[in-house]
Amino acid sequence: MEKTLEKVRIASVADLPEKMGKTVRVGELELAVFKLGNGTVRAIENRCPHKGGVLAEGIVSGEHVFCPMHDWKICTTDGKVQAPDVGCVSTYKAVIEDGDVYLFI
Amino acid sequence: MTKEKIVLIGNGMAGVRSIEEIIKINPDRFHITIFGEEPYPNYNRIQLSKVLQGDTTIADITLNDWNWYEEQNIQLYPGEGVTRIDTETKCVHTTKDRTVQYDKLIIATGSVPFIIPVPGHENEGVTAFRDIKDCEKMIDASKQYKKASVIGGGLLGLEAARGLLNLGMEVNVIHLADFLMERQLDETAGKMLQKELEKQGMNFLMKKQTAEILGENRVEGIRFNDGEEIETDLVVMAVGIRPNTSLAKESGIAVNRGILVNDFMETNIPDVYAVGECAEHREIVYGLVAPLYEQGKAMAAHICDTPAPGYAGSVLSTQLKVSGVDVFSVGEIVEDEETKTIKMFDDWKGVYKKVLIRDGKMAGAVLFGDTSEGNKLLRLINKKADVEEYIGAAEEAADGASLVASMDDSELICGCNGVSKGTIMEAIKRDGLTTVDQVKACTSASRSCGGCKPLVVDLLAHTLGDGFDTSNQKEAICGCTTLSRDEVVEAIREKGLTHTKEVMNVLSWETDGGCSKCRPALNYYLGMINPKEYEDEKASKFVNERMHGNIQKDGTYSVVPRMYGGVTSADDLRKIADVADKYNVPLIKVTGGQRIDLFGVKKEDLPGMWADLDMPSGYAYGKTLRTVKTCVGESFCRFGTQDSMSMGIQMEKKFERIGTPHKVKMAVSACPRNCAESGIKDIGVVGVDGGWEIYVGGNGGTHLRAADLFCKVKTNEEVMEMTGAFMQYYREDAVYLERTAAWVERVGLDHIKEVLSDKATRDALNARIDEALSVTKEPWKEVIESEKIRKELYETELVSTTK
Repeated sequence: MEKTLEKVRIASVADLPEKMGKTVRVGELELAVFKLGNGTVRAIENRCPHKGGVLAEGIVSGEHVFCPMHDWKICTTDGKVQAPDVGCVSTYKAVIEDGDVYLFI
Repeated sequence: MTKEKIVLIGNGMAGVRSIEEIIKINPDRFHITIFGEEPYPNYNRIQLSKVLQGDTTIADITLNDWNWYEEQNIQLYPGEGVTRIDTETKCVHTTKDRTVQYDKLIIATGSVPFIIPVPGHENEGVTAFRDIKDCEKMIDASKQYKKASVIGGGLLGLEAARGLLNLGMEVNVIHLADFLMERQLDETAGKMLQKELEKQGMNFLMKKQTAEILGENRVEGIRFNDGEEIETDLVVMAVGIRPNTSLAKESGIAVNRGILVNDFMETNIPDVYAVGECAEHREIVYGLVAPLYEQGKAMAAHICDTPAPGYAGSVLSTQLKVSGVDVFSVGEIVEDEETKTIKMFDDWKGVYKKVLIRDGKMAGAVLFGDTSEGNKLLRLINKKADVEEYIGAAEEAADGASLVASMDDSELICGCNGVSKGTIMEAIKRDGLTTVDQVKACTSASRSCGGCKPLVVDLLAHTLGDGFDTSNQKEAICGCTTLSRDEVVEAIREKGLTHTKEVMNVLSWETDGGCSKCRPALNYYLGMINPKEYEDEKASKFVNERMHGNIQKDGTYSVVPRMYGGVTSADDLRKIADVADKYNVPLIKVTGGQRIDLFGVKKEDLPGMWADLDMPSGYAYGKTLRTVKTCVGESFCRFGTQDSMSMGIQMEKKFERIGTPHKVKMAVSACPRNCAESGIKDIGVVGVDGGWEIYVGGNGGTHLRAADLFCKVKTNEEVMEMTGAFMQYYREDAVYLERTAAWVERVGLDHIKEVLSDKATRDALNARIDEALSVTKEPWKEVIESEKIRKELYETELVSTTK
């Protein structure tokens, strides 16, 4: 069955802290939304595949976030865990329109 | 009831320590009288050279101050010698015509410096180096004269020479043997020492025998028996000491080289004991402090009628720093036809080791430059271990490569991250790794606690063989750069860099935006260098410090309100209880640092909870002063000698919120029982009678380490001064995430002591820490008052969907 995505507004860009994460709850889902240094926005599942750490509180470097629990490095663009660790988190498409951030859930 | 009377002749280290041992066993049994010729209380003679160097006062080296004698009800007669012992009537007669009766007499007259009886030895400007008076003579001479000569190149002579150099004099050291410290060192080590001291500015005249001290009244020069003459304004004789036995001899007590004693330090006369440098036990007269203290203990037990095995002699060992050079020697050091040796000599690094073996057993050792093996050698030599035991242990320690070689591939190297030897070796080979950092990045080994790092180094060496280069193991601050901490800090200072991004750009970071290691480090260094201008970057802080709470594994936080010195009140407790109820706190726990910790608090609830608490942050999460743990101290405790709570509260109020390279834990105990565990804190203060001892570099964590005694001070103000200076020096010098324990080990306690011994340096450090403290803000209050911060960091966006 084809999956249909819903576009939801989560915040205005200005409300997101730069180079930091924000916890966003959409229904049952908990996401970590990041405004990167280059101004783009990324959204990933707020749960490190290692031990479930909250990624929204990690240190953001470039397009990567470091999990605050055990320092796993995760790419916010494709959700892949960086070597030497392995795994991945779900990613969600984020767009900015008229100063507002929308996610496709 | 009249008490039994003990009379001690000699108010020095061995004698007074013996009295302490006696009081420990029988606090109130004896009436004690002490005669001392010097007009001072018992001081640490070993540290006399520090007084000579001018940076230490007599008070600093005092072991038992006047109050101690008073509190112990000891009758002390300073500046009064004993002229005669009447062993028949059991009394002593003194230089002030006093007669005192004894039940037990302890002779601890120590030794007298040996003055070579050459013509002119009584000239003005000729002195020994034995007591405070001698030090004063030398200090006075340095103010008027320029040229000093020390006769004797043993430990004492070299210390005197170092002191005279520090006093600005030109120093000749005249020595009879052809190398220095021939009692403790062999020729190789002795010559290495000479070279080092020459670099420091001492001049040596070896194999020279003094024939005459020249000069009419005051000394003008020295003539040697080969006819050569030198000019000098001061002569310090440090050629040796001999047991001070004349009083015993005249009183009919058996004397050989020293006063003859048995294993309980009894002389041949009943109820007369001798202890310390004046005593001869099994044909040996000891001059080092450890054996003397052992003797005192054995004697005290005997005097107090407690069964004890007695003193059985000591294997001599010396571990010392001669002008900053580490030297160790134990047991036999002179080879003969029956001995074999293990030797290691590295002229380049200035390291030398010799182990002497007799009949296959460990018999003695000399270490120069690196004395880290000293304790192990002492233990083995003391028990006359088989040399095999040493070689086995040495291989394990020195040649770790063979240890890792013997490990199974499946054995874990890194316990934290579960990385086996096989995994690391495979990665080294497959990816061509050559450094620890690469192994860390590739396999995670040593990424957490770092305890296995030496094993990783060994494994690299083992796997790469000759291809392993130890010189490129300089530690880059992280994988984003090849620059070390020092290089980065220097660049920040020199180029005036102002924020993390600029540092990374200017210094050509290899990654975009750094990583979780360098960003917090850079943020710290920038703030440390420019406390007033730098704006702390929240995005470069680790979660706990950004959120001002301790994150837990489920993403909730713990909240620890400030409770200065671990002292609280009913009101505060009530407030905490109410807050815990209101926010449904699932766990309330008392921490190791004497605080109350509220666990399981949701991120969104933090600001509200802090507002309700209306207490400052306890900083249980920060790289800063965590807590000052205190014992109850003199206000309630029957042992407390100081007001530890007030001291601790004062320290905590002063230093709270200051950013440091890693967390800093402190404690203040009111007495050496140390109920606040000051011995395992970064800075631990211990109250002693009339002052405080400050310990540094302790740690109760992964790498347990007892703190080192840093200094002894008198007042609370001095505690604050030393603590501030130490903290600031640590802030400026340590690597980010380096605890004081590791830092103290890396740079050396002596180095820190030396830097902080200068008052002007301490003042400057304190001024800088005060500046840094002046811009700190109460973080919880800041959050409560700023809607922006609350929104950005603490609120969760709730979005509804149609699904």
